[in-house]
Amino acid sequence: MTAETRILRLHVNGSDVDVAAPSHWTLLEVVRYRLGLTGTKQGCDKGDCGACTLLVDGRARLSCITLAGDAVGHRVTTIEGLVTKDGLDLLQRTFDEAGALQCGFCQPGMIVAARACLDAKPEATRAEVKEALASNLCRCTGYTKIFEAVEQAVRAGRAAHTNGPASLVGDSAALAGGRR
Amino acid sequence: MSAGKLPADRADPLQHARSPNRTFGPQPPGAQFEVVGKRSRKVDAAGKATGEARYTDDLALPGMLHGKTLRSPHPHARIKRIDTAKAEALPGVLGVVTGAEMPVRFGVIPWTQDETALAVDKVRFIGDPVAAVAAVDEETAQAALRLIEVDYELLTPLFDPAEALARKDVVIHEGNKHGNVTKEVLLEFGDPDGALARSDFVVEDDYEFHGTAHAPIETHVALARYGSDGVLTLWSATQIPHYVHRELARVLDLPAPQIRVIQPHLGGAFGGKSDPFSLEFCAAKLAIKTRRPVKFLYTREEEFYAHRGRHPMQMRFKTGMTKDGRLTAVDSKILIDGGAYSSFGLVTTYYSGQLLTGPHDLPNYRFHSTRVFTNKPPCGPKRGHGSVQPRFALEVQLDRLAEKAGLDPIEVRRRNFQGAYTTTVNGQRVTSNGFDQCLAQVEAASGWKARRGKLGRGKGLGCAGSMYISGTNYCVYPNDMPQAGIQIKVDRSGLVTVFSGASDIGQGSNTVVATIVAEELGLRLEDVRVVAADSDLCPVDLGAYSSRITFMVGNAAIHAARKLRKLVQQAVAEEWGVAPERVALAGGFAFDLEERARVVSSAKAFHLAEAKFETLGATGSYNTPNLGGDYRGGTIGASPAYSFTACVAEVDVDLETGEVRVPHVWTSHDCGRALNPVLVEGQIEGSAYMGFGEVFLESHAVNQYGLTTRPNLLDYTIPTALDCPEFHASIVESLDPEGPYGAKEAGEGPLHPTIPAIANAIHDACGIWLTKLPFTPAKVLAALQAKAKADAASGGTRGGASGGASGGALGGDQGGKR
Repeated sequence: MTAETRILRLHVNGSDVDVAAPSHWTLLEVVRYRLGLTGTKQGCDKGDCGACTLLVDGRARLSCITLAGDAVGHRVTTIEGLVTKDGLDLLQRTFDEAGALQCGFCQPGMIVAARACLDAKPEATRAEVKEALASNLCRCTGYTKIFEAVEQAVRAGRAAHTNGPASLVGDSAALAGGRR
Repeated sequence: MSAGKLPADRADPLQHARSPNRTFGPQPPGAQFEVVGKRSRKVDAAGKATGEARYTDDLALPGMLHGKTLRSPHPHARIKRIDTAKAEALPGVLGVVTGAEMPVRFGVIPWTQDETALAVDKVRFIGDPVAAVAAVDEETAQAALRLIEVDYELLTPLFDPAEALARKDVVIHEGNKHGNVTKEVLLEFGDPDGALARSDFVVEDDYEFHGTAHAPIETHVALARYGSDGVLTLWSATQIPHYVHRELARVLDLPAPQIRVIQPHLGGAFGGKSDPFSLEFCAAKLAIKTRRPVKFLYTREEEFYAHRGRHPMQMRFKTGMTKDGRLTAVDSKILIDGGAYSSFGLVTTYYSGQLLTGPHDLPNYRFHSTRVFTNKPPCGPKRGHGSVQPRFALEVQLDRLAEKAGLDPIEVRRRNFQGAYTTTVNGQRVTSNGFDQCLAQVEAASGWKARRGKLGRGKGLGCAGSMYISGTNYCVYPNDMPQAGIQIKVDRSGLVTVFSGASDIGQGSNTVVATIVAEELGLRLEDVRVVAADSDLCPVDLGAYSSRITFMVGNAAIHAARKLRKLVQQAVAEEWGVAPERVALAGGFAFDLEERARVVSSAKAFHLAEAKFETLGATGSYNTPNLGGDYRGGTIGASPAYSFTACVAEVDVDLETGEVRVPHVWTSHDCGRALNPVLVEGQIEGSAYMGFGEVFLESHAVNQYGLTTRPNLLDYTIPTALDCPEFHASIVESLDPEGPYGAKEAGEGPLHPTIPAIANAIHDACGIWLTKLPFTPAKVLAALQAKAKADAASGGTRGGASGGASGGALGGDQGGKR
């Protein structure tokens, strides 16, 4: 089709990237199909399910109803961007340790939504966590272990704040009570 | 019924037509369990948490085309003409396909194959696939669909199952032997009429279960490539890759060895991906036609047309009880709304009756179930296939009878407990059975004795119980081969790779397989890699349905790994000059049980075994024993082991608005040995969640024109984080003699009692019996008003608080028709 193609300069996961995409493409389409960042999922393509959630300037955004052009000039962070040279994000680890991942399809969106929640409220209560995750549908878990994973991260974050970052891994592993 | 003398080894296939039933008992292979029973992390969880895990739509191939499906706008019509010329001429369109090019009928059950990849001659529901297009991008494909001309001759549509049953002049499937009836089953065991006549109490009511959808967050998606070597590869979000493989070969008329089916990571299924679907054939056909890879990704709306959701059922139930609370008989008549195609409907029809004969001892039973076609999206298997609906009716009737007998509902279930190692009235062999412990757990956890009746106005507690299968010995297509297979390869690095046919759909079957192999070979979980659900690489497994994988694939994994275990133990023992029994395998090492200092790594132990014997590898398999009643359909629902569940729900009914809040659901599930308790808890919580959603929020509604009215996740409301009760899961481990280390299923059973437990809790809270799902505020309010009127007429003044008094109005019906 003859849709107008534009070059967009986006800032994704810490790097600037130039992307050529039709002007009507959503941020979801660009990250998945142009940048190959397929961790961000499409579940409904109309803003109902939350699987496409990513962070724009640190806040949770539904990328399936965000035009890619609107992200120009903003910091975009996808689930892949939570992994740094220091390893996985604390929430990526606690979701694993708490057994919150079943099919896993909603979880990238869920984890980045939880990240935005904890960045804003490091001591989020369960009620606040529920509120923050209410736009992210999970069909497998009944959310129980997702809440536990976020609470585990709250506790681990608190311990890290008190004892320094070295305690992060140890604390979250101890809370999970598990070895592999 | 005969247990059948089965051979110890199937070396001579001519002599032993049926592969043997091999099981290993509940004991650990060594002195104690090292991996089994631990709260280990899932083997694939880290990749899912980081976005590395590749689901089908995450795959892209060079030159890939995008496919789109043209769907019928009419519920019932004859296709007079299809003209695709304009679509084919559109720049960017590389291929168009219609039903005429794939006329071979398919269906998951070989006896009821009534689907075609695209409509041939007729469409049977709004959304029935008619034609498909492959183009350079989605927009072009979409534009091409609008250029396809279809002339329809409209036919009378049938939406009401009772009308579909009665009408002889309108036939949805020409050639069907019995009008619009897809399956009718009438089975009688014992003397239900006599027993009901002799019962002290009898209740008879009509119940209605609405239709619901699976709504996995990942929609159906398939990607096909036709290589220059003539091999068709299909990546698909399916939970039955083996059946898809077979059906692709038939429909496309390709030799099966030229087809490879791969199931990548899968984003939820719940039974909704256990049929072959139109997009799999269309992607494959268009890949062959265009010589380009073709991907189809269903939109959320299309997901609701593909459907196969829970069947709506209209159920008349009559149940009897003695004064001392013993169940005497059940007599049920069920009308099942099948939608437009058969799908698993033959099995659904049987399951609507066959799976009700436990955990309560039911001495006399009749069920008469009839499934009919209607012009609506086809129904199929959804978590708790076929038995969630009648279980609702039965468990509510048990509470009604308990009330008449003046007995506590949990006590009534306790008195009727069928026990372990028994045979049900319909000839099903029950082995381990921990239902009594499940009851005790939810009774204690919910504070039933102390709290029931004391929660205050509009608040109440309710309970229910259920059973479910761990797979069945009804193989979907008749054959004497194993139901499950495993193949193991050992690397000199110490890594063990397990090739498993099983579909991990999120339930964690790859973790279960890795756990078992690690346990048998004394490895750490991270030293085992699982390659699954790839027809080129893995032995056949029949699929992720009927809760069969832990039991069947688990046994196959023990079978394979134990062969290797023996070789490794023998090689190390010979090296050390000791008896093989002295060689223990655990934690990544082989060591001498009597001289603990003597130890080698697992890798070294594998080297010794490879040097002594040959390249290390093993296969294992599982097949069911001969099971089931000696009558037509007696094997359907006959399982090598049954799981059992008890549930207590707490509700808070707003007597002014009819809104019901559920603060807590306690579910205790007997899964035999919990191979990984975290996974089992996840299945229990997820099941309870799904049942909760069906009670209040979810309805796959179809309007009077046949249009699906809520084909999106805004209107088809699945519970959010804010809607859910606190789910409290607990586990009972009644070790099964034939399950892998004693394990049974956990994925579907725990859903069943959630729904009647909530219904019974609502009665406890405010004295109304709701009989028609979903329990919308309007229905609750109508029932409350009807009850108030009846109470006033009879001079009664019963309040809203919990109580055991009899009476109460039946739930009013204000819900829309499905």
